[in-house]
Amino acid sequence: MAEKKKLSLKREPMPRQDPKLRAHNFSEVALGYSPEQAIKEAARCLTCKKPRCVPGCPVEVDIPGFIRWIQEGDFAKAVQTIKATNCLPAVCGRVCPQEDQCEKLCVLAKKGAPVAIGRLERFVADYEAQQGCCVQVPKEVPSTGKRVAVVGAGPSGLTVAGDLAKLGHSVTIFEALHEPGGVLVYGIPEFRLPKAIVQREVDFVKSLGAELKTSFVIGHLQTVDELMDGEYDAVYLGNGAGLPYFMNIPGENLNGVYSANEFLTRSNLMRAYKFPEYDTPIKVGRKVAVVGGGNVAMDSCRTALRLGSEEVLCVYRRSRVELPARQEEIENAEEEGVQFKLLNNPVRILGDDEGWVTGMECIRMELGEPDESGRRRPVPVKGSEFIMDVDQVIVAIGQGANPLVASTTPGLEINKWGYIVADSTTGATSRKGVYAGGDIVTGAATVILAMGAGRDAARAIDAYLREQKGC
Amino acid sequence: MNEIVLKKMLSPEIKLYKIRSPLIAKKRKAGQFVVVRLDQKGERFPLTIADSDPREGTITLVVQEVGMTTKKMGLLKEGDVLWDVVGPLGKPTETEKFGTVVCIGGGVGNAVVYPIAKAMKAAGNRVISIIGARTKGLLILEEENRAVSDEIHVTTDDGSYGKHGFVTDELAGLLKDGLQVDLVVAIGPAIMMKAVCDLTKSHNIRTIVSLNSIMVDGTGMCGACRVEVGGKTRFACVDGPEFDGHQVDFDLLVARLRMYLPEEKRAMEAFEEEVGERLTKQAASDSSAGEDHG
Ligand SMILES: Cc1cc2nc3c(=O)[nH]c(=O)nc-3n(C[C@H](O)[C@H](O)[C@H](O)COP(=O)(O)OP(=O)(O)OC[C@H]3O[C@@H](n4cnc5c(N)ncnc54)[C@H](O)[C@@H]3O)c2cc1C
Ligand SMILES: Cc1cc2nc3c(=O)[nH]c(=O)nc-3n(C[C@H](O)[C@H](O)[C@H](O)COP(=O)(O)OP(=O)(O)OC[C@H]3O[C@@H](n4cnc5c(N)ncnc54)[C@H](O)[C@@H]3O)c2cc1C
Ligand code: SF4
Ligand code: FES
Repeated sequence: MAEKKKLSLKREPMPRQDPKLRAHNFSEVALGYSPEQAIKEAARCLTCKKPRCVPGCPVEVDIPGFIRWIQEGDFAKAVQTIKATNCLPAVCGRVCPQEDQCEKLCVLAKKGAPVAIGRLERFVADYEAQQGCCVQVPKEVPSTGKRVAVVGAGPSGLTVAGDLAKLGHSVTIFEALHEPGGVLVYGIPEFRLPKAIVQREVDFVKSLGAELKTSFVIGHLQTVDELMDGEYDAVYLGNGAGLPYFMNIPGENLNGVYSANEFLTRSNLMRAYKFPEYDTPIKVGRKVAVVGGGNVAMDSCRTALRLGSEEVLCVYRRSRVELPARQEEIENAEEEGVQFKLLNNPVRILGDDEGWVTGMECIRMELGEPDESGRRRPVPVKGSEFIMDVDQVIVAIGQGANPLVASTTPGLEINKWGYIVADSTTGATSRKGVYAGGDIVTGAATVILAMGAGRDAARAIDAYLREQKGC
Repeated sequence: MNEIVLKKMLSPEIKLYKIRSPLIAKKRKAGQFVVVRLDQKGERFPLTIADSDPREGTITLVVQEVGMTTKKMGLLKEGDVLWDVVGPLGKPTETEKFGTVVCIGGGVGNAVVYPIAKAMKAAGNRVISIIGARTKGLLILEEENRAVSDEIHVTTDDGSYGKHGFVTDELAGLLKDGLQVDLVVAIGPAIMMKAVCDLTKSHNIRTIVSLNSIMVDGTGMCGACRVEVGGKTRFACVDGPEFDGHQVDFDLLVARLRMYLPEEKRAMEAFEEEVGERLTKQAASDSSAGEDHG
């Protein structure tokens, strides 16, 4: 390792299914590196002494550390290195916005070719799963006799549960839906994140001793107070930001208008793409408008295509550079045939006598002065209204806080948007013994931030429980 | 958990189930519902909790067989287990002492209105029930509703039992006779609820209806259950299912209930083919059991 490495600026491409094929199936789009490709890509890493990439990672994975193991061909050690700080590498390797995090800061990014950290992370995680060889069997830890209730089995809740179980606490996860995984199972489609991977991570958390209760809605079947008064010494709220926003324009309740949440839930969680083998139906429009420009919008566009819609239009009110979705997913969508209708804003949805969508009126936009977010504010162009010929509309303009948990927990402080107020390093809320993290605190964000919040809270909850008598 | 401990035929197309679900039995209040999934490939569908017995840990569901999923449920036997039951969902009925409350049920709505009438009675109201069905053999829960009412009126569309006519005719008659009503609760098919609301609006009587919109999660996560009340979009699963009937856009409700007609038909055909024989056999024994209505 002494001699200076030759700098390679050629990122190893990700093998992917052919766009023409994949636009009609739900199998995973990105196929993953072969061991040879992984070693080749890893060789590009300079394993910097003061790595810039690491601070870009919300959970500070030892990036040069794990990549060095790949360079040496020891994939098992590579996974273990990642898992020291990130318990969901197979998920994060697939869905993290690395281009805004670690890869953005990599020294090679300036030269336009950062190390493909995410792809390498995914490779070693999948390697571990395939081999089943190096799954770390957790050490038996003495039980602390303390009980923690975790609300929500999304990435945040699963992380807290896993970490606390490892420390010897007895953990029960309460999940409202019939399957664990949160957005990973109801939102993100199979072709981007196979459900089997989520299941594997859930099984791992269960193997650590956490108990999972599905179809259990906190706020209805039990309240947080009842959990705290009953068997539990602490509660973690990881209930996500699952409330779909609508545009509040005329015609939004016509048949053929879906929230992205409903559209994706029907397809992913309920497997409506396999209707009638599965019982849940889904409407397949001929020409579909998806309103929004984030990951949720991309997932909706690409799902609509796969269900068989002839044309899918992504309608976004700003321009291409402002599209909040991951670059990779925008490119994937475009390759598959999604059409981008940028700088357009819906004004109303038109319907027929029977209540079905027949079109959507939009107004053209132009970019004005930058707004608070620093992005240029879209302003309508007077008199530029026109009718888009569509028979289905999917609204993917964002999600907010579902008030159920907060409204049934007296004394729990929330902010003006309904998100739970929690300490950013410990997750502590205004209620003693009640912690919170993930989307329900930050608003819709990312898997890795939800996970990071879970890790921090687990540490704080552990400290809190150990302070209590009898631990 | 979720085991069917009792199954009873109430009419050829309506069955009653007692499900073992101790936590829900303890927690539920009148007006709340559960979302059920029958098997791993099943859809999630809402059913009102018609009654519960916290001591034996059961809830009662009364199901009208209108399509594939409810028919599939009808094939289950005592001892079988429902795959998922989640609840209690939705806002409970506001039960306080209003005075005279008229509880109106139509069809399977008689099962939905029953727990509300019971709770209204327990809250000290004078409860007058009007229950109706197309024909005598389809009339359900008459005894149960009678037991919680101070007065009960029964109608059938064909006159085969009780008064000949619709529940609205009966209500109109009572109002004409000068009955002073403080609150009406009307539950049944959308057209029935709409007709009741038209009538009570002209008499200025507050009217509560329960909206049976199509649902998926039942917890406010998807928006499938959108209804318009007072010109505003509401989610029936969390903001309801009960709303001020005078504010409800029933035409929208009816249109939205038709959203999946072709798919429902397709699912029904596939299902009938799959279990055709079993179904025909069961149907035969079902109709002999409900033969008294001829
Ligand atoms: C379609 C879509 C695509 C996305 N793509 C990406 C991506 O590519 N990369 C990325 O990093 N992020 C992505 N995100 C965002 C990311 O998925 C979320 O930030 C992350 O899942 C938040 O995790 P969480 O654990 O806080 O909440 P969630 O994943 O929302 O999980 C919350 C869980 O709590 C349950 N729950 C809610 N209320 C209750 C209750 N009262 N009782 C019991 N359980 C309850 C819910 O059912 C759910 O299972 C995407 C989001 C969506 C919707
Ligand atoms: C809050 C709530 C409580 C309910 N409580 C009960 C109950 O206690 N007992 C009961 O029998 N039913 C109840 N329903 C209705 C029940 O959920 C539906 O009848 C059922 O989902 C139909 O499924 P299916 O596959 O058998 O029929 P489908 O094939 O889906 O539908 C067949 C026919 O029924 C109509 N339909 C579909 N969904 C509904 C619906 N949600 N409501 C009314 N009609 C519908 C369709 O328009 C179609 O004409 C309730 C609905 C809601 C929203
Ligand atoms: S990934 Fe980039 S920044 Fe990180 S260690 Fe390798 S070369 Fe350095
Ligand atoms: S059923 Fe999903 S929000 Fe009401």
